[in-house]
Amino acid sequence: MIEIISSVFLIVGAFFSLTGAVGIFKFPDFFTRVHAASVTDSISTILIIFGLILRTDFDLVAVKLLFILIFMLLTSPTASHALAKSARHGGLLTLAETRSDKKVGDD
Amino acid sequence: MAEIIDLVLLGMLAITAFNIIFIKDLFTVVMLFGIYSFLSALIFVNLDAVDVAFTEAAVGAGISTVLMLGTLALTGRKEKASSHKTILPLLVVCVTGAALIYGTLDMPLFGDPDNPAHQHVAPRYIEDSPQEIGIPNMVTSVLASYRAFDTLGETAVVFAAAIGVLSLLGLPKRDRATIQSGLKSHLVLRVVAKMIIPLIVLFALYVQFHGDYGPGGGFQAGVIAAAALILYALVFGLPMATHVVPPRVLKALAALGVLIYAGTGVVSLFLSANFLDYSVLAEDPVAGQHIGIIAIELGVGITVFAAMLCIFYAFAGQTERKNIQ
Amino acid sequence: MSFIVDHYNYWIVVLLMMMGFYVVIAANNLVKKIVGLNIFQTSVFMMYISIGKVNGGSAPIAAEGITTYSNPLPHVLILTAIVVGVATTAVGLALVVRIKRAYGTVEENEFEDKEDLI
Repeated sequence: MIEIISSVFLIVGAFFSLTGAVGIFKFPDFFTRVHAASVTDSISTILIIFGLILRTDFDLVAVKLLFILIFMLLTSPTASHALAKSARHGGLLTLAETRSDKKVGDD
Repeated sequence: MAEIIDLVLLGMLAITAFNIIFIKDLFTVVMLFGIYSFLSALIFVNLDAVDVAFTEAAVGAGISTVLMLGTLALTGRKEKASSHKTILPLLVVCVTGAALIYGTLDMPLFGDPDNPAHQHVAPRYIEDSPQEIGIPNMVTSVLASYRAFDTLGETAVVFAAAIGVLSLLGLPKRDRATIQSGLKSHLVLRVVAKMIIPLIVLFALYVQFHGDYGPGGGFQAGVIAAAALILYALVFGLPMATHVVPPRVLKALAALGVLIYAGTGVVSLFLSANFLDYSVLAEDPVAGQHIGIIAIELGVGITVFAAMLCIFYAFAGQTERKNIQ
Repeated sequence: MSFIVDHYNYWIVVLLMMMGFYVVIAANNLVKKIVGLNIFQTSVFMMYISIGKVNGGSAPIAAEGITTYSNPLPHVLILTAIVVGVATTAVGLALVVRIKRAYGTVEENEFEDKEDLI
């Protein structure tokens, strides 16, 4: 039973990872791409690590996996935040802003 | 199943390397090289080399990337169009490659247990080392005990490389005037970095002293500890980092590590055994091996930590100097 | 199929070596040359670890219930080689930085014909 639940977690986690990867390729500008990568990354990390914890005997390995989860939850959103913020400081515009700029330019 | 993972990952590795050839933007090249390192770490795990994978992930993807980015900050990120003729290099490479591919047909089959490589010393390491040295991680036993002389040489090379970089670039001065620096606008980054840097240092100590039982050891621990301080320097600025770990101390530490290593060998000489034969360090030979391995792993860890951080300081000092000018 | 699986790792190693070698001799930019050198180096690492693999073996850390281990010797050699590799790469990069300072460029064909400034 636990095996099945864990498999479901793992498969859904892998699916979210895949959607994130597709998003990076398909989305039109930098900010939406960072969004795709970071949001799906967080959810798939949680799901996959929970799926893996269910497969352990709830011993030291489970504790180590929990530590990895906490570390990932701290660092991965921070990395996305720093990326997006640096891009913004560097003067990168969102897609909506670029479009409205164009309209102003056309008028 | 493992074979399929192997096929896919190696294919991805080849594609990444292929892309590196053609991209002119060096920043992208360095990022791709980071991906390349992580992919090779995955392949090493798949091929059962967990210790190697650990090192590659910490060194290749961590330190190498930072150093290359530091160089790019000084030399510019665009590669100019080449005036070289590409026909001759291509020809040379293809001829070499064809000869080597022809050679692989006579190589022992991949993963075959009867390969010549597995017949000579490896069986002895695998069968005897858990009793003889008394620790489960065979890689650590071979690294630190059976082939300790070799590892002493490698540690000395790391030390020498640090000296080489220092003599080329020099260390930054410890400067109290500009202690307020770093990424002031990135509040989130500063808070999170403050939280995780102690954890990384703690993890480095765990890797250092748990290397006998699981993957890890002095090389990995030194690199991880250096990575923690490199993160500190990146977020809070080089002057703060040199305030925490002064360059003068680092130079002493790098030498101290090699000294600990070689000193352990000399102690065993005085106790009338061979150089780096730890069995005589305690009454019980296995306990002696334990003491010796802990001592030399500590030496390796200290040297690698100090050397890596010295190298980073040298590069970061150059960048700061360029920014001031 | 088994012919491919038996030799695939070696072929990829040769391919990586060719690509690294090509970058080293054909690239103009010194930083890129060093990246190429690193690719070359990694192909050698891959070669050693591939030779060390034993089918059905596990990581060489003694544990109960495991009888087959992969060969630990290549792992030891490559583990130290990686750390030494990054140290030597750092020396190379430091030389590049000095070349940039002395000649103002890191493109090979641009400082070839300049007079010796150092």
